[in-house]
Amino acid sequence: MRHTKRAVTAALLTSAALALTGCAAGSDTSGGDAAAASCEPAGEDVTLTFTSWIPGIEDAVAMWNEENPDIQVEVQTGPSGNAGTYQNFFNQLEAGNAPDLGQIEYDALPNFRVQDGLENLAACEDVVAAKDQFLDWTWGQVSLGTEDEVYGVPQDQGPMALFYRSDLFEQNGIAVPTTWDEYRDAAVKIREKGGYITNFSQTDINQFAGFVWQAGGEWFANDGEEWNVELTSDASMKVAEYWQDLIENDLVSTYPAWTDEWNNAYNSGEVWSWNSAVWGANSISSGAPDTAGKWSVALAPQWESGGNAAGNWGGSSIAVFKGTDHLYEAAKFALWLNTSEEALTSLNQTAAIYPATEAGLELPTLTEGVEFYGGQPIYDVFADAAAQVNPDFVWGPTMTQTYADVSDGFKAAASGSGTLMDALEKGQQSTIDALKAQSIPVAE
Amino acid sequence: MSTAIGSDATSASPAVNPKGEARSGGAPASGRGPRESLLSRGGAMLVMAIFTLYFLVPIWWLLVASSKDRGQLFSTNPLWFADFKLFENIANLFAYRDGVYLKWLLNSLLYAGLGAVVATLLASMCGYALAKYRFPGRETIFNVVLGGVLVPATALALPLFLLFSRVQLTDTFWAVFLPSVVSPFGVYLSRVFAEASVPDELLEASRLDGAGELRTFFTVSIRLMFPALVTVFLFQFVTIWNNFFLPLIMLRSEELFPVTYGLYAWNSTINQFPELRTFVLVGSLLSIIPLIITFLLLQRYWRTGLGSGSLK
Repeated sequence: MRHTKRAVTAALLTSAALALTGCAAGSDTSGGDAAAASCEPAGEDVTLTFTSWIPGIEDAVAMWNEENPDIQVEVQTGPSGNAGTYQNFFNQLEAGNAPDLGQIEYDALPNFRVQDGLENLAACEDVVAAKDQFLDWTWGQVSLGTEDEVYGVPQDQGPMALFYRSDLFEQNGIAVPTTWDEYRDAAVKIREKGGYITNFSQTDINQFAGFVWQAGGEWFANDGEEWNVELTSDASMKVAEYWQDLIENDLVSTYPAWTDEWNNAYNSGEVWSWNSAVWGANSISSGAPDTAGKWSVALAPQWESGGNAAGNWGGSSIAVFKGTDHLYEAAKFALWLNTSEEALTSLNQTAAIYPATEAGLELPTLTEGVEFYGGQPIYDVFADAAAQVNPDFVWGPTMTQTYADVSDGFKAAASGSGTLMDALEKGQQSTIDALKAQSIPVAE
Repeated sequence: MSTAIGSDATSASPAVNPKGEARSGGAPASGRGPRESLLSRGGAMLVMAIFTLYFLVPIWWLLVASSKDRGQLFSTNPLWFADFKLFENIANLFAYRDGVYLKWLLNSLLYAGLGAVVATLLASMCGYALAKYRFPGRETIFNVVLGGVLVPATALALPLFLLFSRVQLTDTFWAVFLPSVVSPFGVYLSRVFAEASVPDELLEASRLDGAGELRTFFTVSIRLMFPALVTVFLFQFVTIWNNFFLPLIMLRSEELFPVTYGLYAWNSTINQFPELRTFVLVGSLLSIIPLIITFLLLQRYWRTGLGSGSLK
């Protein structure tokens, strides 16, 4: 197992290096025929290829194929994005045989954009017209904060809220915290009872980024010419100091997320709450089955009393790859997949996809009570949270490397040999270096 | 000089004596030999037992974990059974998404089985030719093949992908099958073994009897090389079965996946789709069974082949 891992890493590194050199060479040639793709129907039957790793997405695609004999879609699959499919996309772009459409998470989109791997969907009227159907901030994710560019159709989102053990909070007379100050007070009381209020996972940098997002911070900004790296912005440091304090005072556990011990900590009632995204509902019900009926969901604690900000953790888009011959048809399919009620219902049922459209949040399945959460209609809470996500948060083009560097620092902080603030400072510097190394303009 | 030696001897002798006394005092001289060997044998057994345990515990854990449903996975003792639901889990796995797992298992058998047969045939012919025929460039070819042993398959995967893209063979059966039928190590082993086990006199006799080269190879030589061929087959079977990076880069269509890659793809989405966890566990357990069967069936030949191959 270990050997495989090492081999994979080595091979990924080699292929990444090759891809980089390849892309550098490729962009020279593609600069020549810069004729912007026009969004016109092909006027003949076409077959599109579409890569996604979401189990059950075939069902939705089958519906489309039945209704659209002239635009057939073939589903291709593989591991989740960061586990290999993104690297495959880059390899395929390099070899000139990328699929027409692909699943790309929001935080990976800027990377594909910078490598010139995506078609600008702003050329397609239908796509531009659909903007109002989507939550503002999800549109911000695919337009990368610009006005006249659209690099994908938002599919799903991960607004964050607070999952908590309502039974334990109630039995011990602890009020459900509505601010982060109250959250810390509750943490102290829970520690006295022998539990932990939550687990701070050193591997889930995305969760931390969600906290920063909620606090009004951004990690990246792009003014159209150069990138600003702001991992050490005030909001980001404030969040780091808050969690550093909880870690230092042993008020939170620090198990690596998604491991057996982590599941067990929740299943045994050692850990009482989790600030997570909407899809976390499944993680709890499958990882901590003994606690069925004892959980509830509330809006996330706020930095200021009476505030109404939410963070986001995850979510993805359907993008069209550079070099497709069928931009119009691809855009049409992507829109249908992410806006039509039949597709959204199918995706929600087979894969618990939480839609990115306003109308999608009203799906019948998303307004019912959920048995595991004591019958609470928990998706109402997430719909509220989704409306409170800051629309301006932008991801950078080197997120894989940023995550890795910050995660290293977080691991050190969890074991007591460093702080979260150190980790962010190191991540700031190495991210700037990585951008420069790829000749991406960066402000300092 | 002599005094010096003498004094050495005298100073040494008392040192010897207490040792000897201590030994003989501890046990009768006759019991000394067996007792020492018992001790060292015991030590060796202990080390082996620890390693056996080290290798077997994960498999035991896999078996136990596969027999539980999702809830019990985290709430019960990881090394002992709860409700035994293995067969239910297997049935669910086979039913999931129209039995795609079964398809993967068959794919793996096809890639590894057929691939290893062809690889063995090619390697044995190549090794045999290098051993038994004299032609210009023979050593050069052999050295290049030897160099091939040193190049890890993962390093070749991406160049292969770019090549296969040119001829539009990516995401086909051939994309995984063709690279698998090449086995530099098999060529090496075959050459060494052919040199040692196929006597030139026999080939001469066969030629005198009027048999062509091909016929000689297939009726005479290949039988003499059989243990080596089994070894090459087994090595290649295991290599292809475990090869993961090539399918990862080449394949997009689920119905072409080998079982390793399919399980990896599932495992990578466990965070989002936790219900896949049981399938990954049960799938992993089932996926090692063909390997174990192949090993047990061919072990006898394999050992002789490896032994003579490496010694001669």
